[in-house]
Amino acid sequence: MIILLNVSMAVLWKAVLILGIVGIIAAVVLYFIAKKFQVVEDPRIDQICELLPGANCGGCGFAGCRNLAETMVARGTMEGCSCPGTPKEKNDLIAAILGIEAGDSTPKVAVVRCQGSCTNSPAKVAYDSEISCFFANSLYAGEGLCPNGCLGCGDCVKACNFGAITINPETKLPEVNEDKCVGCGVCAKGCPRGVIEIRNKGPKNRRVYVACNNKEKGAVAMKNCKAACIGCGKCAKVCPFEAITVENNLAYIDYTKCKMCKKCVAECPKGAIVAVNFPVVNPQAPKETKE
Amino acid sequence: MSENRIKELAGELAGEISKEIKREIKSLGKKTFHMGGVHPEANKFAHSKSVETFPLPDQAVVYMTQHLGAPAKPVVQKGDKVKVGQLVGEASGFVSANIHSPISGTVNRIDMIADITGYKRPAVIIDREGDEWDESIDTSEDIVREIKLNKEEIIARMKDRGIVGLGGACFPTHIKYMLKPEQKCEFLIVNAAECEPYISTDNRVMLERTEQCIIGIEIALIASGAPQAIIGIEDNKPKAIAKLVEATKGHPRIKVQPLNIKYPQGAEKQLIKAITGRSVPNGALPISVGCIVNNITTMYVLYQAVQKNKPIVQAYTTISGKSIPAEQCKNFRIRLGTPIKAIMDAVGIPEDTGKIIAGGPMMGKAITNIEAYAGKGMSSLLFISEKEAARGPIRNCTRCGKCVQACPIGLEPHRLHALASQNRLEECEQNGIMNCIECGSCQFICPANRPILDNIRVGKNKTGAMIRARATNK
Repeated sequence: MIILLNVSMAVLWKAVLILGIVGIIAAVVLYFIAKKFQVVEDPRIDQICELLPGANCGGCGFAGCRNLAETMVARGTMEGCSCPGTPKEKNDLIAAILGIEAGDSTPKVAVVRCQGSCTNSPAKVAYDSEISCFFANSLYAGEGLCPNGCLGCGDCVKACNFGAITINPETKLPEVNEDKCVGCGVCAKGCPRGVIEIRNKGPKNRRVYVACNNKEKGAVAMKNCKAACIGCGKCAKVCPFEAITVENNLAYIDYTKCKMCKKCVAECPKGAIVAVNFPVVNPQAPKETKE
Repeated sequence: MSENRIKELAGELAGEISKEIKREIKSLGKKTFHMGGVHPEANKFAHSKSVETFPLPDQAVVYMTQHLGAPAKPVVQKGDKVKVGQLVGEASGFVSANIHSPISGTVNRIDMIADITGYKRPAVIIDREGDEWDESIDTSEDIVREIKLNKEEIIARMKDRGIVGLGGACFPTHIKYMLKPEQKCEFLIVNAAECEPYISTDNRVMLERTEQCIIGIEIALIASGAPQAIIGIEDNKPKAIAKLVEATKGHPRIKVQPLNIKYPQGAEKQLIKAITGRSVPNGALPISVGCIVNNITTMYVLYQAVQKNKPIVQAYTTISGKSIPAEQCKNFRIRLGTPIKAIMDAVGIPEDTGKIIAGGPMMGKAITNIEAYAGKGMSSLLFISEKEAARGPIRNCTRCGKCVQACPIGLEPHRLHALASQNRLEECEQNGIMNCIECGSCQFICPANRPILDNIRVGKNKTGAMIRARATNK
């Protein structure tokens, strides 16, 4: 071995020298190229990325979490570009990184504002091609002939990235799984009729809302659907918090003002106002059971 | 409909034409467009039935949206007395048309009434009292041959009398004739192809009102400034061809051009291609190749508007379908605003009716609300049995290419179908989805019953929205 080395020592040194020189030249060139083409990236993007869930669900409306982080930093706000799936603490941290006040990050959930099921609004015609609500909306008023109600072709189901919406085969209406829903609002954007609304999840997941979207006059609405809001305004009168407004023959409950007193639910003659997740009150024992 | 009956009908259509005329027709030759096209069963059951007048309704609901474009604005008020032909809705916008009262009586109210789609549209509701026509309208049957108006006056009359294209789209006619100074009309093409199955009103109008149609074309020639008019007519209407050939003898500027039977020959671009050999570029109007296309019934109502000051107050409607008995398949003059239910009662629709279509079976719209009322563009009411209306089971696309062969525009429907269903709108645009004329040939021919056109329509809608959004963002 030693003899061999002795023989090739000169060659070896030569090789080391050449490679070393090439290496140094490359390093210098690369250094200058790196300087020249350096991309200055805001360090906040990485920081925010760490806080985001990293699921790249697209629920925010952007192409993945990193894209959202970039948009947040570029816009310098979380308005219209926040992650609906991030818990409040983390959202506060993100806001701190951006140097802004944390916005309203109360948990939200999608609600279906239609009760035009097979029993409430019996089908008068049949649509035999379940392609999309978008298309059905351009074709006709709907199987129950309500021009504002759910068409039941499932554009919201297709839009949801979390598998939170399913069409109930019995009622032919979409149902939202509260546990899976992150309130991102993709379904609301996907609905051609604006049937789905994103509302506050509410204390103990309790919500009171008008489950109707029909803007027709009372008599017309009533003809096509038993559970339609007729715009009578009884709910607005009974509401002690002025949370209910009636516009275009349709009542709307402002969830920021509603205190869940449920007076309107009892008052509504059509059962168009629904209250969810309230404990069932036993008529014999009207005292509310503690949870 | 039995085989015999179809043969019988064919016999009825062909008979009684003199040899000279036959020879003359033969010398005219036959033309057609070459790309794509399909051959649906013609089923022209009402071909040989003369047009009957449908009884006047007691109450007419006159929609303000009987044309393409902006809805008309009601100009009458509750309690007003109106006469037949009196203006009730005024055009509101560039693409819009006037609406006239189809009956005489009192305006009951102005309200939102559901049309055949179930959506509410503004409408004027009129209770009928007698049948009194507006004084300015000549209601006699005499044929007025002398054309007194000049070009501008004719176009103004078209606009005033609410003339819209009665081929189906109801596009306000006067807009077609308002040419820019650099545009020149070389051909006035009269669309008498009537390529949609079942519909036979154009045929009947040609047979029964031949001379009026020809005068209407002369009027349109003046309005367009075109040197010649060509009537494109499919050769499944031999009697009408013979009559037109005879009637045009004294009119050197009007020619009749028989066409081979092929759907969609009545589509503007295909008809221009068939008759003149010119191709309208994608996204351009027929005038870009020097053509104006109008339906033959539009020519007839144009005659009435110009020579008799008569607005469109009635629709020419074929009542047909395989599910109703052959003797019930008829052609009617129906006053606008007649309830569709009244028509259904008069025909006596059978139990097994699964679908009612307003317009032709290929491009018409299924009626979802039978409590709707007749409008200007209702060229037919088809009653389709449940069995016929049902869609076959949808199978996988085998890339057989039949839809590509059938497409008259030269698109790849199967591809657009896939792209549209996957929401790949940019690619849809690149593949020319906006050029689709929605003729339905692809879906008709598809052996796998795939909902090709439905998906293309969705894609076209969305792509259109995308393009508009892009334009506004710029």
